[in-house]
Amino acid sequence: MTGMAGMTTPGPPTEPPEAERAVDCRGLSHRFGDHLAVDDVSLWIAPGEVFGLLGPNGAGKTTTIRLLTTLLPLRQGRARVFGLDPGRRPMRVRRLLGYVPQELSADGSLTGRENVMLFARLFDVPRAQRWERVTEVLAAMELTEAADRVVAGYSGGMVRRLELAQALVNRPRLLVLDEPTIGLDPVARSGVWERITELRAATGMTVLMTTHYMDEADALCDRVALMHRGRLRALGAPAELKDQLGPGASLEDVFRHYTGDHLGDAGRQGGLRDVRRTRRTAGRLG
Amino acid sequence: MSAVPDAPRAAWAEAPVPPSWRRLPDRVFALCLVELEKLRRDRTELFTRAVQPALWLLIFGETFTRLRAIPTGPVPYLDYLAPGILAQSALFIAIFYGIQIIWERDAGVLTKLLVTPTPRAALVTGKAFAAGVRALAQAVVVLVLSALLGVALNANPLHLLGVAAVLMLGAAFFSCLSMTIAGLVLTRDRLMGIGQAITMPLFFGSNALYPIELMPHWLQTVSRFNPLSYEVDALRGLLIGTPAHLLLDFGVLAGSVVIGVTAASALLGRLAR
Ligand SMILES: Nc1ncnc2c1ncn2[C@@H]1O[C@H](COP(=O)(O)OP(=O)(O)OP(=O)(O)O)[C@@H](O)[C@H]1O
Ligand SMILES: [Mg+2]
Repeated sequence: MTGMAGMTTPGPPTEPPEAERAVDCRGLSHRFGDHLAVDDVSLWIAPGEVFGLLGPNGAGKTTTIRLLTTLLPLRQGRARVFGLDPGRRPMRVRRLLGYVPQELSADGSLTGRENVMLFARLFDVPRAQRWERVTEVLAAMELTEAADRVVAGYSGGMVRRLELAQALVNRPRLLVLDEPTIGLDPVARSGVWERITELRAATGMTVLMTTHYMDEADALCDRVALMHRGRLRALGAPAELKDQLGPGASLEDVFRHYTGDHLGDAGRQGGLRDVRRTRRTAGRLG
Repeated sequence: MSAVPDAPRAAWAEAPVPPSWRRLPDRVFALCLVELEKLRRDRTELFTRAVQPALWLLIFGETFTRLRAIPTGPVPYLDYLAPGILAQSALFIAIFYGIQIIWERDAGVLTKLLVTPTPRAALVTGKAFAAGVRALAQAVVVLVLSALLGVALNANPLHLLGVAAVLMLGAAFFSCLSMTIAGLVLTRDRLMGIGQAITMPLFFGSNALYPIELMPHWLQTVSRFNPLSYEVDALRGLLIGTPAHLLLDFGVLAGSVVIGVTAASALLGRLAR
């Protein structure tokens, strides 16, 4: 795995000065009622980095993403996206983002092309370039043949690739992917990852993603953060984290080490709500 | 990879941003276009939904015309009723539009739209427009049926244009009302409950079925705050030629739409939290 795109130095990026960071959080917290979903999270992401947010169901990954993508109000702590405050300048921040939420979110009653075209319009892609740009991202996601079919008939993997096309049509500087491969079969999974790797090589775009698959995180991410019960438990390059644990450790072992046996928890971790959401993610559009 | 050209990296996300005054109309246009594409695909629903207003006209209309129970002056009761049913069918379509917003929230579609540089008001206006177009399509069915039943409709194109405008405004307002409630109650079940609870009072507390003068005094006061009364008043004036207060009607409807869009867009963000 290479480091930042375009550079030959492998391994994690060096800490950039504050003004150049793609994402910068300090003491970020968020409460739902009396439940602290994100608890004092501080991290930065360098431009061009692929950063993975890992953790069991209910760890607070999606909530962190929703804080950064202007969906939740920033009440405690500080967040910056390319130097902009998502609370104060939401429109400016949204312009820089491509976002694929955890649920399969393409509009099932439209065709693939119509779905992408809508996003091209919403991001002010100039009229003269729109058709070309839409065709281009659809082709990059290998959806040219299916482009004019209604999305309700797409497979889960196709929907995910379509969502990537939607997220990429505005050429975002930060691509935010919330469990982009959940519920996909192995072939569809590797298809999605190939597309992302290619894109990254071609554009040097920054990627923030969450996943439950440790092998993916290991192979794709420059650095990962492990979350558990809203808190960051570990942060670093996968190789670093594995080395810290001892020789021969896998990222899966690291995950277990920091999160414990979360399945036995009686608290709100991995409650019905989380499972339901995960199930919905895995389902098809109908 | 060949499909995405290795463009100069600086070009990404640095396309020129159009002036902000153009953003709202641009976005509304884009969202209306999408709604039209969706409507084009489920035309069958338009006809199944027209069954209910048709039954009202046929059963209620014919019966009460015979009974002569409701004094409507020189106008036959069926003629008096037809514009009321037109408004009713638009109301019934629009009042459940909030459910669509909640459904889109659950499906993740809304979340994603909220992360684009699109003003909330544009998202709401797009939906309101869709409700209007749906109401219009159904109105055509109801009008044809009324004509077949012998209602003397005014076919002046200018009047019909006015009818279309009134129906669009009415449907837009009631869909905004529905989306506002959606933003308050947040779940489909509660919205269904409230929708059902308010539809009948809105309908019966208006002049859709009988002249306001027949109502008890307190209900007359209530119906003056009911936009549906103004909608029906305008439709009756335009279609049947009864005396109407068109200027007031249009004013009230347009004002209600502005308030509705404002309220619904202020609450829309709550749905994604
Ligand atoms: N809108 C909400 N209202 C109340 N509680 C919420 C809300 N959204 C999330 N939570 C709770 O906050 C906690 C963190 O949720 P979050 O969705 O961020 O977890 P996650 O790490 O993304 O989990 P998963 O892997 O299942 O997607 C969970 O306990 C969840 O139940
Ligand atoms: Mg999540």
